[in-house]
Amino acid sequence: MPSLKDIKRRIKSVKNTQQITKAMKMVSAAKLKRAQDEIVAARPYAEKLLGLISSLASKTSPESHPLLASTGGPKTGVVLITSDRGLCGSFNTVLLRTIERFLAERNESDISLYLIGKRSMEHFKRRQINIASSRAFGSGRPNYSQASEMARTLTDAFLRNELDEVHIIYSQFQSALTQTPVVQKLLPISTPKAEEGKIEEKKDEMQVEFLFEPSGDEVLSTLLPKYVEVQAFRALLESSASEHGARMTSMDSASKNAAEMINGLTLKYNRIRQAVITKELMEIIGGAEALKG
Amino acid sequence: MADTFLLEIVTPYRRLLSKEVDELTAPGWFGEFGILAGHTQYLTLLKAGELTYKKGSEVGSIAVGRGYAEVLPDKTTILVENAETANEIDMETAKTIVAKAEEAFKTLSPEDADYAKTVESFELAQARIKVKEKRG
Repeated sequence: MPSLKDIKRRIKSVKNTQQITKAMKMVSAAKLKRAQDEIVAARPYAEKLLGLISSLASKTSPESHPLLASTGGPKTGVVLITSDRGLCGSFNTVLLRTIERFLAERNESDISLYLIGKRSMEHFKRRQINIASSRAFGSGRPNYSQASEMARTLTDAFLRNELDEVHIIYSQFQSALTQTPVVQKLLPISTPKAEEGKIEEKKDEMQVEFLFEPSGDEVLSTLLPKYVEVQAFRALLESSASEHGARMTSMDSASKNAAEMINGLTLKYNRIRQAVITKELMEIIGGAEALKG
Repeated sequence: MADTFLLEIVTPYRRLLSKEVDELTAPGWFGEFGILAGHTQYLTLLKAGELTYKKGSEVGSIAVGRGYAEVLPDKTTILVENAETANEIDMETAKTIVAKAEEAFKTLSPEDADYAKTVESFELAQARIKVKEKRG
């Protein structure tokens, strides 16, 4: 049986933990709010760009552009975005499981990994697998130049025929409670099927031809790399929001567990204290009885 | 036809402007171009530079980086990575970037990987300075 002092110490330590998890939850909540705002803020740009590309692709000959052409080769680049730090529930585990499943379907020797986030770096540290680049996710908000740099590396490798396709694995933010891991094909760019119907309709509306400067093909060829950038940027934003969401939820449940534990320990503490008092009283009474007799 | 059209300026970080305006001047690929309501459909690359719009007597000026302009009869959308109003521009930072870029040009050749990037930031910083000097 633990002594009163032991239990008291336990309670104190759990209380400390609870304070930390509570604080982390608050911080994550604030960061989550900001990350969500950023996703919303980035949306108009991405949508507009996609709109431009799909309307351009329907007017020019998109097959001619190398970023749209599928080579059909096996060399695959995989971008994996995880977080730098843990304590965010199953966030990283789920992502790592997704990539493992992805790798299992392919020949590992054809894969080059582009890792973002210290967690993924640690995971693949001792593996016999080709890691093309790895860097930390970085603190603070994801910025666009990060994304465009990453996109440039990937498109360059793709154009040099070092990679035949590029996939990106990240966590899509749905709510603070749910984040789903997504595998998305980044290159070659496929114009979304759903959009095609819309373009057809639009085409009928537009009797007037667009004027292009310098030319339709040239505009398209600068737009396509931009599209990759925007996709990469969005993945970074989504993943940042997901991380904070996951951390918030897991810290919330950690705080709740700590509260439960404190309750249990306090009950135990009081019981033992009561038992000690009762025992002492019995002893005193017993002693008095003995003296009387 | 209405006399005004909707001008939207969006960057990856935010929607900078969404406003009915009378007139727009922007730095196109082949030089500056002006837009009035009812313009024919037009899509162009933008160079870094100054973008001005007029609404009645109100004149606005925005420094933009490279990007795209999509012009429709009743709406013009400007898609750029960087856009700042005169108030947001920090003169000191812009000047340092210009100075740094000028320094870099001495050693860089057009074949270098960084060259295009440096030119871009140089042009953007110059546009910023221009806008700031004009509007304070």
